[in-house]
Amino acid sequence: MIFRVFAKEELENLYDILAVNHMVGAVSKGIGTSGPLFDFDFIYDFKDLRLDFSTTIHSLKRFLLPPVETLSTFEMQKETWQKHVDYNLSKPIVYFGLHTCDINALNKLDKVLWGSVYPDPFYAAKRKNMFIIGSNCMPQPFCFCKSMGTDTALHGFDMFLTDIGDSYFVEIESARAFDCISKLKNREPDVDDHNLFMQVTEAKTKQFSCHVDTTDLTKILDMEFQSEAWKGWGEKCLSCGTCANVCPTCYCYGVTENVDLDLQKAQKIKQLYSCNLIDFAQVSGGHNFRPESHSRIKYRYYHKHRGFVEAFEESLCVGCGRCGVSCLADITVPEVIASVRGKEGHNG
Amino acid sequence: MKPEERIYLGVALAKPKVAFFELSSCEGCQLQLLNKEATLLDFLSLLEIVQFREGMTEKSDDYSIALVEGSVTRGDEIERLKKIRQQATTLVALGSCACFGGVNQLKNRFELDWVKKEVYGEHPIDTREVQPLSAYVDVDLEIYGCPIKKEEVERIIHNLILGKSVEHPCYPVCMECKANQNVCLFDLGEACLGPITRAGCDSWCPSNRRGCWGCRGPSEEANVSQLLEIMKRYGFSEETILDRLECFGGFSTYVEEVKKG
Repeated sequence: MIFRVFAKEELENLYDILAVNHMVGAVSKGIGTSGPLFDFDFIYDFKDLRLDFSTTIHSLKRFLLPPVETLSTFEMQKETWQKHVDYNLSKPIVYFGLHTCDINALNKLDKVLWGSVYPDPFYAAKRKNMFIIGSNCMPQPFCFCKSMGTDTALHGFDMFLTDIGDSYFVEIESARAFDCISKLKNREPDVDDHNLFMQVTEAKTKQFSCHVDTTDLTKILDMEFQSEAWKGWGEKCLSCGTCANVCPTCYCYGVTENVDLDLQKAQKIKQLYSCNLIDFAQVSGGHNFRPESHSRIKYRYYHKHRGFVEAFEESLCVGCGRCGVSCLADITVPEVIASVRGKEGHNG
Repeated sequence: MKPEERIYLGVALAKPKVAFFELSSCEGCQLQLLNKEATLLDFLSLLEIVQFREGMTEKSDDYSIALVEGSVTRGDEIERLKKIRQQATTLVALGSCACFGGVNQLKNRFELDWVKKEVYGEHPIDTREVQPLSAYVDVDLEIYGCPIKKEEVERIIHNLILGKSVEHPCYPVCMECKANQNVCLFDLGEACLGPITRAGCDSWCPSNRRGCWGCRGPSEEANVSQLLEIMKRYGFSEETILDRLECFGGFSTYVEEVKKG
């Protein structure tokens, strides 16, 4: 890893160097009943860019796995027909200021959608065309990334900025990032910078107030499959799919085919779905394997915290806490996991 | 000009004869279809419309698909509806009035004589308790919404013609609202029935910063009791909640539960 330091005034220069590309970052969405709201969006002016944001409402997912995406279009031509495939990528996108949870979420999605036997070309096309600038953050009361081991990002970014007071401490992961930093006034970090970096990390670690005990979790989930706790959560669950929609790692989807009104064109459309929706496990012939809310919410947790761990030796949950924040019924990961362990949990 | 025959996958499509009818309603759902100018000609080329009071003068009773807007509020409407049922092979309830009684059914909350007097004074008027079409005839298909979403009607009619199954989203509006990247209206201090209302409107109201009033009726497995708790936690009165649940009639079975407490 290459480290550099640049003064905060240089940030605008970094923005300018990259502004020739599409740029996505966190922008303010006003003040909600529980405080300031942020979300990822396209950025057109340095003044709109925020690096001091709390967790965004939605994850980055809409840029990589849009809620609705056209996979292919078909066009009738007299006796034959043509198929068109578009990966829906116009230009590379610079992602300015991603927290470690979101970077780790991409790394996890990669394992399923990019590195697997059958990579998803729609995901891969967009994923390959990302330039990622990470930025350090302080945990919100609902953040439990520390418990999931995602409070730090080891890879999956081009550069990572850590705010050390008057300067940014930069970790450089790619040649492209090195070129960008070389164009700024920068210097090698000295011992003082190293100390400042370590202080920031220590302060972050101390601020976590929300934890999930993941010890032996796959085994405990197996043992407690019939736990009464699930019934209680099932009664609360609205089966609305919001948790999956805001989750940075939920990728389940359905595909439909539509014919245009003029009967000359058709499309194959992919729609992100949620395992909490009532017909998620309904199959041909009408049988529904999970007609009850509590079984659907259980399997959501089993996928995140058991199935994925067995397949990839890591959880599919990054501890960003978005699902709990967005859930109107207040169903949070720390409380659900604690309840399965027969304990009281708290969410920050 | 007679539109040319429509071919789909090499097969000529039968052009069903379609008629539109309105019982007690604002006729806004039918207007929605006429408003959709960009696709109107393609849509019309798939059908032969034989009766459509809002759009044409000619009138024929030779039809196979009947789209009926409005709720039943008068004796003569019952007779009319039964005749339509006799003629139509497919009877479609168009819009929330036809499906649930719609805004009209708000009157059922009051004593009928008082309602008559309040609205019409001494003028004689035939009006009765408001009912959806299904109270009097078998309904083959319901298209929800106040008003209906034009794209959805086009898709449904299109599927009928192509012989595809017609399916409504079973999930609530939240799915579409999140897909539209909206900030949750509860976070902005507004009440919303989105978590229990059937989707398909593309979160029309919430995307315009207006909480859902449940015009499309309940989603499958609507967790109404949980939403009540949530609304109370966010500081909304039972009256606010009931106002919304009662507005279009889709939640009538739940309203009784709420009133019982």
